[in-house]
Amino acid sequence: MSATPEPFLGTVSHTPVRHHILSVLVENKAGVLARIAGLFARRGFNIYSLAVAPAEGNARFSRVTIVVDAESAPLEQIVGQLDKLVNVVQITDLAPKDALERELLIATVAVDDANRAALLDTVASAGASIVDVDSNSVTVMLAGTPGACDHIEKTLESFAQVELHRTGRVALPRLGRTASA
Amino acid sequence: MQLTGAQALIKSLEQEGVDTIFGLPGGAILPVYDPLIDSTIRHILVRHEQGAGHMAEGYALATGRPGVAMVTSGPGATNIVTPIGNAHMDSTPLVVITGQVATGSIGTDAFQECDITGITMGITKHNFLVQSAQEIPRAVAAAFHLATTGRPGPVLIDVPKDVTQSMMDWWYPTTIEELDLPGYRPEIPLDDDAVARAADLIARSERPVLYVGGGTLKSHAAKELLAFAERTKMPVVTTLMARGAFPDSHVQHLGMPGMHGMYTAVTAIQRCDLLISLGARFDDRVTGKISAFAPDAKVVHVDIDKAEFNKVRRADVSIRANVASVLRALDDRGAVPRNLDAWWTDIDSWRERFPLVYDEPTSDGPLRPQHVIEAIAASAAPGTIVSAGVGQHQMWASQFWKFEEPGTWVNSGGAGTMGFGVPAAIGAKVGRPDRTVWCIDGDGCFQMTAQELVTARSEGIPIKVAILNNAYLGMVRQWQEMFYEERYSEVYLNADLPDYVKWAEAMGCVGLRARNLKEMHEVIEQANRINDVPVVIDFRTDSSEKVFPMVAAGASNDDIMVHPLQRGAVR
Repeated sequence: MSATPEPFLGTVSHTPVRHHILSVLVENKAGVLARIAGLFARRGFNIYSLAVAPAEGNARFSRVTIVVDAESAPLEQIVGQLDKLVNVVQITDLAPKDALERELLIATVAVDDANRAALLDTVASAGASIVDVDSNSVTVMLAGTPGACDHIEKTLESFAQVELHRTGRVALPRLGRTASA
Repeated sequence: MQLTGAQALIKSLEQEGVDTIFGLPGGAILPVYDPLIDSTIRHILVRHEQGAGHMAEGYALATGRPGVAMVTSGPGATNIVTPIGNAHMDSTPLVVITGQVATGSIGTDAFQECDITGITMGITKHNFLVQSAQEIPRAVAAAFHLATTGRPGPVLIDVPKDVTQSMMDWWYPTTIEELDLPGYRPEIPLDDDAVARAADLIARSERPVLYVGGGTLKSHAAKELLAFAERTKMPVVTTLMARGAFPDSHVQHLGMPGMHGMYTAVTAIQRCDLLISLGARFDDRVTGKISAFAPDAKVVHVDIDKAEFNKVRRADVSIRANVASVLRALDDRGAVPRNLDAWWTDIDSWRERFPLVYDEPTSDGPLRPQHVIEAIAASAAPGTIVSAGVGQHQMWASQFWKFEEPGTWVNSGGAGTMGFGVPAAIGAKVGRPDRTVWCIDGDGCFQMTAQELVTARSEGIPIKVAILNNAYLGMVRQWQEMFYEERYSEVYLNADLPDYVKWAEAMGCVGLRARNLKEMHEVIEQANRINDVPVVIDFRTDSSEKVFPMVAAGASNDDIMVHPLQRGAVR
């Protein structure tokens, strides 16, 4: 494996350098997530982030997007063991350079008259949006690359943060590139 | 046809050709035990659920057919967790049915409730919690399909009580598609390119070794292995899980590799230039220190499970397939190594200098455990099946018994489950009633599961048990002697407590004892004449006896310790 580290903006990174994205189609059955999480736990594979949703137009299957730490175990091992789970139907391995990755971040920060303008600048320059406001706080949302989310997360550190959530990423192959199944 | 879920479950097992269930009833599984009365399936009532699981394993290992066990919920289910874990480690096909509390009570901490599908998630190939009676046939058919195809393993079916009590319209899946397993693809087409590359490595090798693992037995490839080995003249080693896959009497067989393997088998692997792994998984008990394992070898790795490739040792060629199909494909290509005369000269010189040895027995005892095994083997009927527990006696049994055919060695390899021997022997005898079955056991192991001899006696299953009674947890004692400055911590068991003869008699078996050579020969002869009830023999063996050769845990296989009698010999 020669995973090229994805360039990212800013200095915050929650992603290990040698990460890979596994897009896993699974049967939509009770306990499937526990089987995946249990496998990672008992084999000592690290999950960096995980997102689950019903798969495209089919109630029978779900898509699990797992960002794995390829430092914790060889990717071949992770994929091989995952593939042995009977409920796992298909695994698509996306190297970061071949993947279009997106993630959603929402954060509520405390603002006052002194820093409200600075926050609005931050939001505008990051391409984020404001989704809720009250008299002394603002909720900001960004749907973007993990790097952009890292960047705005870092910038928001200068404000008093009430709460910040990230969804973990979803990914598709970049057009014109091939993913290995 | 309308059936209850319970009737459908039994009928489904009949559809799968099940002839025997090992089990023990209880509240949640009670409905299923009622239609069992009207079934042709034989039920063996065990005394502890662990016994049911190991019996099912013994049955599977001796027959090659899946073993079936059935127990109730809660403690019934947790008691069979050890056999499930054991079967998982050794890829033994097992179908385990557990009762569960009614669906409406799941998650409420109901009486005898436990999350057995959660508990066994990591130690089953797959498991099911059946949600409706209508789904029972599919779950059973899928369980047998999963347990027996690809890399075999244990599959658990958890059946809530209301599911077995409700009605269903009888049906049974007739195609793989109906099993609804879209993610399960146990076999893929043979990679001809990889076979060609393997053939090329063979053609260039001068010091090849066939490293035969349990997968060779699981894929019923003994015949193909014999043909391939004889055609190519390659030396063969059989791991603990593969004993019987290649005849011990065959001149090309170097024996078992690993921590207590034959000097020649271990050394041939260390010096080989091509290691062909056939359904083996480079277990730490075989490789020793991995960085020093077979340092000059190219590796061809054949396995049905691709997750084994490059897990421990990087392979030069990996072929995901059934062992038999690969051997046939290699035969078709006619791949032959170079002249192996020099290689065989080396091997024969190791064999001559470092055969298996043990100290001369003394006529008035204590007995040498290796000698006891050889004496039993010498008078055993051909095709005798041998089971073992785990420890010194197991290693000696593997070393000193001569296995000639598949299904004759029944043991716990990967998990190392003490107490496996007696129930596994019972299961093997049920599966192969035509064969003599000996359990070579240790005194520590025997005490863990001996109560199943009550099962054996009451069900008419006449196994023979040889307890190599050295009054110690012998393998632990050996490590404490060798690696802990003879500081013996919690390993003494007392040869006279329990009184094994009385215990055997109390369980309806014949109990015998041998303290010296004369008694040893007498009791073996006596045991051989008894074929209607189980026999237990208490052989009093030397406590200080150790298993050699030995590679210390984590050491290189080059640092193999031979028997003290051979320490002066030139390597």
